[in-house]
Amino acid sequence: MEIKVNGSWREFPDGATVSEVLDALDVTRQGVAVAVNGEVVRRGEWEASVVPKGANIDVLTAVQGG
Amino acid sequence: MDDALVIGEHKLTSRLIIGTGGAANLSVLERALVASGTELTTVAMRKADADGGTGVLGLVRRLGIKLLPNTAGCRTAAEAVLTAQLAREALDTDLIKLEVHADDRTLLPDPFETLDAAEQLAADGFTVLAYTNDDPVLALRLEEAGCAAVMPLGAPIGTGLGIRNPHNIELIVARAMVPVILDAGIGTASDACLAMELGCDAVLLSTAVTRAKDPERMAAAMRAGVEAGRLARDAGRVPQRFWAHASSPPR
Repeated sequence: MEIKVNGSWREFPDGATVSEVLDALDVTRQGVAVAVNGEVVRRGEWEASVVPKGANIDVLTAVQGG
Repeated sequence: MDDALVIGEHKLTSRLIIGTGGAANLSVLERALVASGTELTTVAMRKADADGGTGVLGLVRRLGIKLLPNTAGCRTAAEAVLTAQLAREALDTDLIKLEVHADDRTLLPDPFETLDAAEQLAADGFTVLAYTNDDPVLALRLEEAGCAAVMPLGAPIGTGLGIRNPHNIELIVARAMVPVILDAGIGTASDACLAMELGCDAVLLSTAVTRAKDPERMAAAMRAGVEAGRLARDAGRVPQRFWAHASSPPR
């Protein structure tokens, strides 16, 4: 299935979890937050949370700014 | 003397808030943060990728400074609310610097989107510090919306033009029941000092320090400026006079 991650479409197996999407992105987990279709998915729910087909995922972290 | 700055549940001794944006590298940033004496510093929220991890989080935490995530880059209330919620989850803080810019050229705050987002975030339990125009009416509206602090600009972000409308800042201070933090436009230490003399509770700045020739020294200057302005405000200045008034006794 296709999932839009941070603005780019990517292919994932059906039933992929938020945790598996993060593994594929190869991002550090610390200081990161995830929203699926505009709703924050809490850290403790990443393992169990299955990403729906065609979902829009935002993965954000803190950078220098402001 | 207990002269703490209280924002929501957060208590700070330093009245200088430093933004981390614009520093050439983390070592320059570290020296500037330490010299400033700040206890609260801003970070922006951006897409995480494999290169990610700018190291700024590690640095700020090592220095024992509280994080103030911002919503810079957001154009609508909806974007700002989601960014704030992601920041809370990522950084485990209820503090949010709400900023919704109307366009890239001025980076001026969009008052309608800002107020809308402020209402939603305050209702969602955030400690909202709202970046706003130097508009005394809007500042009151933001306070009524539940903001824990209002942050009027002195001049547009990154311009270093100082405080363009000191009277408006005084009007905001005169009516605010929450801390007023002068945010944006500071160019040098006298601007920071003036903000405090006008009655602001704190100053937030980035560019003036991070892009100065010597950020560490400018950070120290800003710290001294803020402290001097605070002391002068509390001391109560003499009235301004048109004619001279002798300070030595007549002969």
